[in-house]
Amino acid sequence: MHIPDGYLGPPTYLAAYAACAPLWAIAARRLREKLSARRAPLLAISAAFTFLVMMFNIPLPGGTTGHAVGGVLIAIAVGPWGAMLSITIALTIQALLFGDGGITAIGANCFNIAFVMPFTGYGVYSLLSRLLSSEKGKAVAAGIGGWVGLNAAAFTTALMFGIQPLLHTGADGRALYAPYPLSVAIPAMMLAHLTLAGAVEGLITGLAVYSLRRSQSAWVLQAAAEETAQ
Amino acid sequence: MKEHRRLWAVLIVLALVSPVGLYLPKVMKAGSAWGEWGVGEIKQMIGYAPAGMEKKAEIWKAPIRDYTLPGREQALLSHLSFWYILSAFVGIAACGGGGYLLTRWVTGSRGKRRP
Repeated sequence: MHIPDGYLGPPTYLAAYAACAPLWAIAARRLREKLSARRAPLLAISAAFTFLVMMFNIPLPGGTTGHAVGGVLIAIAVGPWGAMLSITIALTIQALLFGDGGITAIGANCFNIAFVMPFTGYGVYSLLSRLLSSEKGKAVAAGIGGWVGLNAAAFTTALMFGIQPLLHTGADGRALYAPYPLSVAIPAMMLAHLTLAGAVEGLITGLAVYSLRRSQSAWVLQAAAEETAQ
Repeated sequence: MKEHRRLWAVLIVLALVSPVGLYLPKVMKAGSAWGEWGVGEIKQMIGYAPAGMEKKAEIWKAPIRDYTLPGREQALLSHLSFWYILSAFVGIAACGGGGYLLTRWVTGSRGKRRP
Protein backbone atom coordinates (compact mmCIF):
# COMPACT_ATOMS: atom_id res chain seq x y z
CA MET A 1 0.00 0.00 0.00
CA HIS A 2 3.09 2.24 0.04
CA ILE A 3 3.06 4.10 -3.26
CA PRO A 4 6.68 4.34 -4.54
CA ASP A 5 8.29 7.25 -6.41
CA GLY A 6 7.41 7.35 -10.09
CA TYR A 7 3.92 5.89 -9.81
CA LEU A 8 2.03 9.15 -9.37
CA GLY A 9 2.28 12.20 -11.61
CA PRO A 10 3.05 15.60 -10.01
CA PRO A 11 -0.60 16.79 -10.00
CA THR A 12 -1.64 13.82 -7.86
CA TYR A 13 1.22 13.84 -5.37
CA LEU A 14 1.18 17.61 -5.00
CA ALA A 15 -2.58 17.55 -4.43
CA ALA A 16 -2.08 14.88 -1.77
CA TYR A 17 0.52 17.02 0.02
CA ALA A 18 -1.87 19.97 -0.20
CA ALA A 19 -4.69 17.87 1.27
CA CYS A 20 -2.50 16.64 4.14
CA ALA A 21 -1.07 20.02 5.17
CA PRO A 22 -4.22 21.38 6.87
CA LEU A 23 -4.94 17.93 8.36
CA TRP A 24 -1.49 17.81 9.95
CA ALA A 25 -2.03 21.34 11.29
CA ILE A 26 -5.41 20.42 12.81
CA ALA A 27 -3.95 17.24 14.32
CA ALA A 28 -1.09 19.20 15.93
CA ARG A 29 -3.50 21.77 17.36
CA ARG A 30 -5.86 19.11 18.76
CA LEU A 31 -3.00 17.39 20.51
CA ARG A 32 -1.63 20.65 21.85
CA GLU A 33 -5.00 21.38 23.39
CA LYS A 34 -5.89 17.94 24.64
CA LEU A 35 -2.94 15.59 25.05
CA SER A 36 -1.95 15.25 28.69
CA ALA A 37 1.73 14.94 29.52
CA ARG A 38 1.17 11.52 31.08
CA ARG A 39 -0.08 10.06 27.82
CA ALA A 40 2.46 11.81 25.61
CA PRO A 41 4.74 8.73 25.25
CA LEU A 42 1.85 6.88 23.63
CA LEU A 43 2.39 8.82 20.42
CA ALA A 44 6.00 7.60 20.16
CA ILE A 45 4.94 4.06 21.08
CA SER A 46 2.18 4.16 18.44
CA ALA A 47 4.58 5.34 15.72
CA ALA A 48 7.04 2.52 16.49
CA PHE A 49 4.15 0.03 16.73
CA THR A 50 2.72 0.77 13.28
CA PHE A 51 6.24 0.75 11.81
CA LEU A 52 6.75 -2.79 13.14
CA VAL A 53 3.30 -4.07 12.15
CA MET A 54 3.96 -2.97 8.55
CA MET A 55 7.10 -5.16 8.49
CA PHE A 56 4.99 -8.31 8.75
CA ASN A 57 4.38 -9.03 5.08
CA ILE A 58 1.80 -11.67 4.34
CA PRO A 59 1.20 -13.49 1.06
CA LEU A 60 -2.15 -12.43 -0.42
CA PRO A 61 -4.58 -13.84 -2.97
CA GLY A 62 -3.46 -12.85 -6.47
CA GLY A 63 0.22 -13.67 -5.86
CA THR A 64 1.06 -10.39 -4.16
CA THR A 65 1.98 -9.43 -0.61
CA GLY A 66 0.48 -6.99 1.84
CA HIS A 67 0.51 -6.17 5.50
CA ALA A 68 -1.63 -4.90 8.33
CA VAL A 69 -1.10 -1.36 9.67
CA GLY A 70 -2.60 -1.26 13.15
CA GLY A 71 -3.95 2.18 12.28
CA VAL A 72 -7.41 1.70 13.75
CA LEU A 73 -6.02 0.22 16.97
CA ILE A 74 -3.87 3.34 17.30
CA ALA A 75 -6.89 5.55 16.59
CA ILE A 76 -8.76 3.79 19.40
CA ALA A 77 -5.80 4.23 21.77
CA VAL A 78 -4.75 7.83 21.04
CA GLY A 79 -7.68 9.17 19.01
CA PRO A 80 -7.79 9.55 15.21
CA TRP A 81 -5.81 12.81 15.18
CA GLY A 82 -3.09 11.29 17.33
CA ALA A 83 -3.12 8.31 14.97
CA MET A 84 -2.68 10.63 12.01
CA LEU A 85 0.49 12.12 13.48
CA SER A 86 2.02 8.87 14.70
CA ILE A 87 1.37 7.00 11.43
CA THR A 88 2.77 10.00 9.53
CA ILE A 89 6.00 9.65 11.51
CA ALA A 90 6.26 5.94 10.66
CA LEU A 91 5.54 6.50 6.95
CA THR A 92 8.11 9.30 6.76
CA ILE A 93 10.81 7.16 8.40
CA GLN A 94 9.94 4.27 6.07
CA ALA A 95 10.32 6.48 3.00
CA LEU A 96 13.48 8.31 4.12
CA LEU A 97 15.48 5.44 5.62
CA PHE A 98 14.10 2.30 4.03
CA GLY A 99 12.80 3.33 0.60
CA ASP A 100 9.41 1.86 1.52
CA GLY A 101 7.06 4.29 -0.21
CA GLY A 102 8.34 7.21 -2.27
CA ILE A 103 9.59 10.63 -1.17
CA THR A 104 7.25 12.34 -3.61
CA ALA A 105 4.43 10.08 -2.42
CA ILE A 106 4.72 10.74 1.34
CA GLY A 107 1.68 13.03 1.12
CA ALA A 108 -0.31 10.45 -0.83
CA ASN A 109 0.64 7.61 1.50
CA CYS A 110 -0.15 9.72 4.57
CA PHE A 111 -3.52 10.67 3.11
CA ASN A 112 -4.43 7.00 2.57
CA ILE A 113 -2.80 5.26 5.51
CA ALA A 114 -2.56 8.00 8.16
CA PHE A 115 -5.82 9.84 7.43
CA VAL A 116 -8.39 7.69 5.59
CA MET A 117 -7.62 4.53 7.55
CA PRO A 118 -7.79 5.76 11.17
CA PHE A 119 -10.77 8.04 10.56
CA THR A 120 -12.99 5.54 8.72
CA GLY A 121 -12.00 2.70 11.05
CA TYR A 122 -12.48 4.80 14.18
CA GLY A 123 -15.84 6.04 12.90
CA VAL A 124 -17.06 2.49 12.37
CA TYR A 125 -15.72 1.48 15.78
CA SER A 126 -17.47 4.29 17.65
CA LEU A 127 -20.77 3.63 15.88
CA LEU A 128 -20.67 -0.11 16.48
CA SER A 129 -19.36 0.05 20.05
CA ARG A 130 -22.49 1.98 20.99
CA LEU A 131 -24.58 -0.97 19.80
CA LEU A 132 -22.22 -3.67 21.08
CA SER A 133 -21.40 -2.38 24.51
CA SER A 134 -20.14 -5.58 26.18
CA GLU A 135 -16.39 -6.22 26.44
CA LYS A 136 -16.55 -8.79 23.65
CA GLY A 137 -18.84 -6.53 21.66
CA LYS A 138 -16.29 -3.70 21.82
CA ALA A 139 -13.58 -6.07 20.58
CA VAL A 140 -15.82 -7.12 17.68
CA ALA A 141 -16.53 -3.46 16.89
CA ALA A 142 -12.78 -2.77 16.90
CA GLY A 143 -12.14 -5.75 14.62
CA ILE A 144 -14.73 -4.62 12.10
CA GLY A 145 -13.33 -1.09 12.34
CA GLY A 146 -9.86 -2.44 11.52
CA TRP A 147 -11.15 -4.35 8.53
CA VAL A 148 -13.07 -1.33 7.18
CA GLY A 149 -10.19 1.07 7.83
CA LEU A 150 -7.59 -1.00 5.98
CA ASN A 151 -9.92 -1.50 3.04
CA ALA A 152 -10.83 2.17 2.86
CA ALA A 153 -7.12 2.97 2.64
CA ALA A 154 -6.59 0.27 0.00
CA PHE A 155 -9.47 1.75 -1.99
CA THR A 156 -8.17 5.34 -2.02
CA THR A 157 -4.70 3.98 -2.88
CA ALA A 158 -6.23 2.08 -5.81
CA LEU A 159 -7.98 5.28 -6.93
CA MET A 160 -4.68 7.16 -6.96
CA PHE A 161 -3.02 4.39 -9.01
CA GLY A 162 -6.00 4.03 -11.33
CA ILE A 163 -6.39 7.67 -12.33
CA GLN A 164 -2.78 7.93 -13.55
CA PRO A 165 -3.44 6.50 -17.05
CA LEU A 166 -6.35 8.96 -17.37
CA LEU A 167 -4.14 11.91 -16.45
CA HIS A 168 -0.86 10.91 -18.08
CA THR A 169 -0.86 8.92 -21.30
CA GLY A 170 1.58 9.83 -24.06
CA ALA A 171 0.64 10.35 -27.73
CA ASP A 172 1.85 6.82 -28.39
CA GLY A 173 -0.72 5.42 -25.95
CA ARG A 174 1.94 4.54 -23.37
CA ALA A 175 1.44 5.38 -19.73
CA LEU A 176 3.85 7.91 -18.21
CA TYR A 177 3.39 6.77 -14.61
CA ALA A 178 1.36 3.91 -13.03
CA PRO A 179 0.08 2.03 -16.08
CA TYR A 180 -3.03 0.22 -14.85
CA PRO A 181 -6.49 1.85 -15.15
CA LEU A 182 -9.14 1.94 -12.42
CA SER A 183 -10.75 -1.21 -13.84
CA VAL A 184 -7.57 -3.14 -13.02
CA ALA A 185 -6.26 -1.29 -9.96
CA ILE A 186 -9.44 -1.41 -7.87
CA PRO A 187 -10.18 -5.16 -8.24
CA ALA A 188 -6.51 -6.07 -7.71
CA MET A 189 -6.10 -3.96 -4.57
CA MET A 190 -9.49 -4.87 -3.13
CA LEU A 191 -9.21 -8.62 -3.73
CA ALA A 192 -5.99 -8.63 -1.74
CA HIS A 193 -7.23 -6.45 1.10
CA LEU A 194 -10.90 -7.42 1.48
CA THR A 195 -9.79 -10.98 2.15
CA LEU A 196 -6.61 -11.86 3.98
CA ALA A 197 -4.98 -8.50 4.81
CA GLY A 198 -8.27 -7.09 6.10
CA ALA A 199 -8.91 -10.23 8.14
CA VAL A 200 -5.46 -9.99 9.75
CA GLU A 201 -5.93 -6.29 10.48
CA GLY A 202 -9.37 -6.95 11.99
CA LEU A 203 -8.10 -9.84 14.09
CA ILE A 204 -5.13 -7.88 15.45
CA THR A 205 -7.30 -4.86 16.24
CA GLY A 206 -10.02 -6.90 17.94
CA LEU A 207 -7.65 -9.07 19.99
CA ALA A 208 -5.48 -6.14 21.05
CA VAL A 209 -8.46 -4.08 22.16
CA TYR A 210 -9.83 -7.06 24.05
CA SER A 211 -6.60 -7.83 25.89
CA LEU A 212 -5.73 -4.17 26.57
CA ARG A 213 -9.13 -3.62 28.14
CA ARG A 214 -8.87 -6.79 30.19
CA SER A 215 -5.34 -6.13 31.44
CA GLN A 216 -6.34 -2.98 33.32
CA SER A 217 -5.14 -0.93 30.39
CA ALA A 218 -8.54 0.62 29.98
CA TRP A 219 -7.18 4.10 30.52
CA VAL A 220 -5.06 3.73 27.42
CA LEU A 221 -8.16 3.06 25.40
CA GLN A 222 -10.90 5.11 26.93
CA ALA A 223 -9.63 8.38 28.31
CA ALA A 224 -6.99 8.93 25.67
CA ALA A 225 -9.49 8.42 22.88
CA GLU A 226 -11.96 10.78 24.52
CA GLU A 227 -9.27 13.40 24.86
CA THR A 228 -8.25 13.59 21.25
CA ALA A 229 -11.44 12.51 19.50
CA GLN A 230 -13.53 15.15 17.78
CA MET B 1 5.60 4.13 33.94
CA LYS B 2 4.86 0.43 34.23
CA GLU B 3 2.21 0.45 31.57
CA HIS B 4 4.46 2.14 29.02
CA ARG B 5 7.33 -0.18 29.84
CA ARG B 6 5.11 -3.14 29.08
CA LEU B 7 4.14 -1.63 25.71
CA TRP B 8 7.81 -1.03 24.82
CA ALA B 9 8.50 -4.68 25.70
CA VAL B 10 5.79 -5.77 23.26
CA LEU B 11 7.50 -3.68 20.56
CA ILE B 12 10.86 -5.36 21.22
CA VAL B 13 9.25 -8.80 20.92
CA LEU B 14 7.62 -7.73 17.64
CA ALA B 15 11.03 -6.61 16.33
CA LEU B 16 12.64 -9.92 17.25
CA VAL B 17 10.01 -11.97 15.41
CA SER B 18 9.79 -9.57 12.45
CA PRO B 19 11.59 -11.96 10.03
CA VAL B 20 8.28 -13.85 9.90
CA GLY B 21 7.28 -11.07 7.51
CA LEU B 22 10.28 -12.02 5.38
CA TYR B 23 9.83 -15.80 5.44
CA LEU B 24 6.07 -16.12 4.85
CA PRO B 25 6.01 -14.46 1.40
CA LYS B 26 9.17 -16.37 0.38
CA VAL B 27 7.74 -19.72 1.46
CA MET B 28 4.45 -19.05 -0.33
CA LYS B 29 6.31 -17.70 -3.37
CA ALA B 30 4.37 -14.45 -3.30
CA GLY B 31 5.56 -11.59 -5.53
CA SER B 32 5.87 -7.88 -4.79
CA ALA B 33 3.00 -5.95 -3.28
CA TRP B 34 0.55 -4.70 -5.90
CA GLY B 35 1.73 -1.33 -7.20
CA GLU B 36 5.18 -1.58 -5.60
CA TRP B 37 7.09 -3.19 -8.45
CA GLY B 38 10.50 -2.01 -9.58
CA VAL B 39 10.80 -0.42 -13.02
CA GLY B 40 12.35 -3.64 -14.34
CA GLU B 41 9.36 -5.66 -13.16
CA ILE B 42 6.94 -3.22 -14.79
CA LYS B 43 8.86 -3.55 -18.06
CA GLN B 44 8.39 -7.32 -17.96
CA MET B 45 4.69 -6.97 -17.18
CA ILE B 46 3.61 -4.42 -19.78
CA GLY B 47 6.46 -4.50 -22.27
CA TYR B 48 7.87 -1.01 -21.65
CA ALA B 49 9.02 1.23 -18.84
CA PRO B 50 6.72 4.26 -18.43
CA ALA B 51 8.85 7.34 -19.21
CA GLY B 52 7.88 9.43 -16.18
CA MET B 53 8.29 6.49 -13.85
CA GLU B 54 11.75 5.69 -15.22
CA LYS B 55 12.83 9.26 -14.53
CA LYS B 56 11.42 9.53 -11.01
CA ALA B 57 11.73 6.02 -9.57
CA GLU B 58 15.31 6.53 -8.38
CA ILE B 59 14.84 10.10 -7.16
CA TRP B 60 15.77 9.08 -3.60
CA LYS B 61 18.50 6.71 -2.43
CA ALA B 62 17.36 5.31 0.90
CA PRO B 63 20.30 4.24 3.09
CA ILE B 64 18.74 0.94 4.25
CA ARG B 65 16.71 0.19 1.16
CA ASP B 66 14.28 -2.74 1.49
CA TYR B 67 15.37 -3.25 5.11
CA THR B 68 18.78 -4.62 4.16
CA LEU B 69 22.19 -3.41 3.01
CA PRO B 70 22.40 -2.01 -0.53
CA GLY B 71 23.29 -4.75 -3.01
CA ARG B 72 22.54 -7.55 -0.56
CA GLU B 73 18.93 -8.17 -1.62
CA GLN B 74 19.81 -11.66 -2.89
CA ALA B 75 21.66 -12.77 0.25
CA LEU B 76 20.67 -15.81 2.29
CA LEU B 77 17.41 -15.58 4.18
CA SER B 78 19.28 -15.91 7.47
CA HIS B 79 21.43 -12.87 6.59
CA LEU B 80 18.39 -10.94 5.46
CA SER B 81 16.67 -11.82 8.73
CA PHE B 82 19.55 -10.33 10.69
CA TRP B 83 19.31 -7.04 8.80
CA TYR B 84 15.54 -7.15 9.06
CA ILE B 85 15.69 -7.33 12.86
CA LEU B 86 18.33 -4.59 12.91
CA SER B 87 16.08 -2.47 10.67
CA ALA B 88 13.21 -3.08 13.09
CA PHE B 89 15.28 -1.66 15.96
CA VAL B 90 16.42 1.29 13.82
CA GLY B 91 12.72 1.83 13.08
CA ILE B 92 11.77 1.70 16.76
CA ALA B 93 14.50 4.21 17.60
CA ALA B 94 13.65 6.55 14.72
CA CYS B 95 9.87 6.40 15.18
CA GLY B 96 10.14 6.59 18.96
CA GLY B 97 12.54 9.52 18.73
CA GLY B 98 10.42 11.23 16.09
CA GLY B 99 7.27 10.70 18.13
CA TYR B 100 8.98 12.02 21.25
CA LEU B 101 10.27 15.17 19.53
CA LEU B 102 6.93 15.84 17.87
CA THR B 103 5.06 15.44 21.15
CA ARG B 104 7.56 17.68 22.93
CA TRP B 105 7.16 20.30 20.23
CA VAL B 106 3.36 20.07 20.21
CA THR B 107 2.76 20.00 23.96
CA GLY B 108 5.78 22.21 24.75
CA SER B 109 4.29 25.21 22.99
CA ARG B 110 1.11 24.81 25.04
CA GLY B 111 2.55 26.56 28.06
CA LYS B 112 3.67 29.59 26.08
CA ARG B 113 0.34 29.98 24.36
CA ARG B 114 -1.73 30.14 27.50
CA PRO B 115 -1.31 33.24 29.66
